[in-house]
Amino acid sequence: MAKTKYPTEPLKTWNRAKEIRENYYRDYAQAHEKGGIRWAGGAWSFDAIPAGLGEDVYNITSEPYAASIAFDKKFSLECLEAVERKGYARDLCSYMRNYWGSIILDKYAFGGKFPKPDFIWQDHICCSHAKWYQVVTDLEPDIPHYCIDVAVGPYPYEQLSENKLNYVVGQMHDGIDWMEKVTGRTYNDEFLIKAVNDECRATSVWAEICTLNKTIPAPLDEKSMYSLYVLGTLMKHSQIVADYYEELRDEVKDRVERGIAAVGNEQCRVMTDTQPPWGFLRVFRYLEKFGTVSVGSLYTFGLIGMWEVKEDGMWGPRTTPQQKGIEIKDRDQALRILAEWNLSKPEWQHFYSPDYKSDMMIRIAKEWKLNGVMLHYNRGCEGLTVGIAENRLALQKAGFPVMTFEGNMGDEREFDETRTMARIDAFMETLDMKKIEE
Amino acid sequence: MITAGVDCGAKNTKVVLLKDGEIVAKSIVLSGFDQRAAAEQSFAAALEMAGMSKSDVSNITATGAGMKEAQYAQDTVTEVGADAKGANFLFPSAKTIIDVGAEEGRAIKSDGKGKVIDFAVNEKCAAGAGSFTEAMARALEIRLEEMGPLSLKSQKAVPMNAQCAVFAESEVVTLIHAKTAKEDIARAVHDAIADRISSMVRRVGIEKDVALIGGVARNVGFVKSLEDNLEISFSIPEEPEYVSALGAAIVAAEHAKNK
Repeated sequence: MAKTKYPTEPLKTWNRAKEIRENYYRDYAQAHEKGGIRWAGGAWSFDAIPAGLGEDVYNITSEPYAASIAFDKKFSLECLEAVERKGYARDLCSYMRNYWGSIILDKYAFGGKFPKPDFIWQDHICCSHAKWYQVVTDLEPDIPHYCIDVAVGPYPYEQLSENKLNYVVGQMHDGIDWMEKVTGRTYNDEFLIKAVNDECRATSVWAEICTLNKTIPAPLDEKSMYSLYVLGTLMKHSQIVADYYEELRDEVKDRVERGIAAVGNEQCRVMTDTQPPWGFLRVFRYLEKFGTVSVGSLYTFGLIGMWEVKEDGMWGPRTTPQQKGIEIKDRDQALRILAEWNLSKPEWQHFYSPDYKSDMMIRIAKEWKLNGVMLHYNRGCEGLTVGIAENRLALQKAGFPVMTFEGNMGDEREFDETRTMARIDAFMETLDMKKIEE
Repeated sequence: MITAGVDCGAKNTKVVLLKDGEIVAKSIVLSGFDQRAAAEQSFAAALEMAGMSKSDVSNITATGAGMKEAQYAQDTVTEVGADAKGANFLFPSAKTIIDVGAEEGRAIKSDGKGKVIDFAVNEKCAAGAGSFTEAMARALEIRLEEMGPLSLKSQKAVPMNAQCAVFAESEVVTLIHAKTAKEDIARAVHDAIADRISSMVRRVGIEKDVALIGGVARNVGFVKSLEDNLEISFSIPEEPEYVSALGAAIVAAEHAKNK
């Protein structure tokens, strides 16, 4: 193998990440065999709350599950066609369609029949989130369904007043009463408090890991980060994920200290935006031929990671309540911290205006020292794609070259791989990057 | 120094031979199914025209969708890069370049020296490119060359929602059945392509001067539709289909100098 500019090596903690993910989908499917509870909801749902029902409660988050389907092109097509046969439109959220297809076909992506949840625990930040489980309950009418409306942002662009916080926390309290009724279990506040602490720890540490990618050469590349951040989208409230992220953080710190690069010939740094076309992640490997590393995106950084502006004006991991010396004593305090923490999520803010997203993207482009930006006009996710054309203009105004490509995170029929690669060639040429390898 | 640029386009393969900044020969052949053979034929034809042999050529650069088929080329440049180089060679004042070829439409913002600042390329649909006009000419049972002059006779704008070449063709068939005049249909086709291209051009931003290149720039009907839509006039080379090949030849010369 030819010598590269920087040393590279595989992540030592990689297999542990795979193991956590495999266990997650297996545990959910087998929960009933052990007398446990299964629930379903979005990756942004307040998953720390159902944790109060016991230690044998397992969830399936719908977006990462749908992304897993999308990665399996054959099964994904089966799901999408099943949904279309039922009369649903092709331009709806493709995660939602893959998920519905799995239910309609009664096929679990990890083998066997689709394991029905005992209840649905969702929150509403985008239109598709609201409709997603409405249709699921049409398809599976016996499953009780609870939703929390979180539309009290944007944070911190507008003051999060007590009234706004109370609105969300009140729904959480009601939700706990509801869960006790539908499961017949008594709620345990100690479990809730532990889950809230673990969630704050996990999501802050993920931001710390992403911050380490400001280093040149970047210790991580975005394609690998997709397999790592996903754990936070599965169960950000769990000790397993929080502990794993700390282990990963230590390894990434070590890579930085030893100058270990994700892309050995790094000479160009870019970021992307929104979910990638999951069936075509080789796009990222293609970039590497130009010595180009995608160091992340607002999506990989801010979907799960929690951030704050540090004293030096730079973005860094948000200080957790534990780090501030706050000891959570009761349910209400736990819920208030959980609500306030989640409402600060970067990826929630642009639902209010693309300007907020532009601010964050320009910050990333500057602090992570980028040469350019690749925006995915993702036809599969209206929520994250709306306003992206305005983000492009803002980034260009700030001096960053931008390339756009159209595709779909979960419907491979809407992605033209050859043309996308040709477009990357042209973009790399505009950045004066030549192929290092064929 | 003699260099060559080869543009392996979707419909035609073009070659330009450049000697010390002057075009000394050019050739065009149909790309057809065997694009490698087309690349060989086109190069051989250009060499013959110039009375040269391959050994006289210092460097060859290929571009176009089938660029890898020009196996005799030493390097490649993207269509976007070649367009900018070629257009700025002909029109140094051009800051915006529009290329409409057989399968693809492109809008490019250039620094005036052939350096690309931003670009947009049409997505999967062919409704914004020349092959669409060709298909519509077939539907109208006229020759492709007649489409432009015919549409200039039209006095009536007929709306056509050409978001997709397939749907647009069915619209044309409907218009034919509705006894719409051929010249009005031809104009509707050009207006529809112009709509799509204009929206792409606006995305990268219009900065004068604007050069229009690519084979479709020969179609006077399309040019009129695009000029009306963007409310600007274009600099159009005499042989707009060769500009990408010219750009590739310029890149070949630059590479040869840097070797």
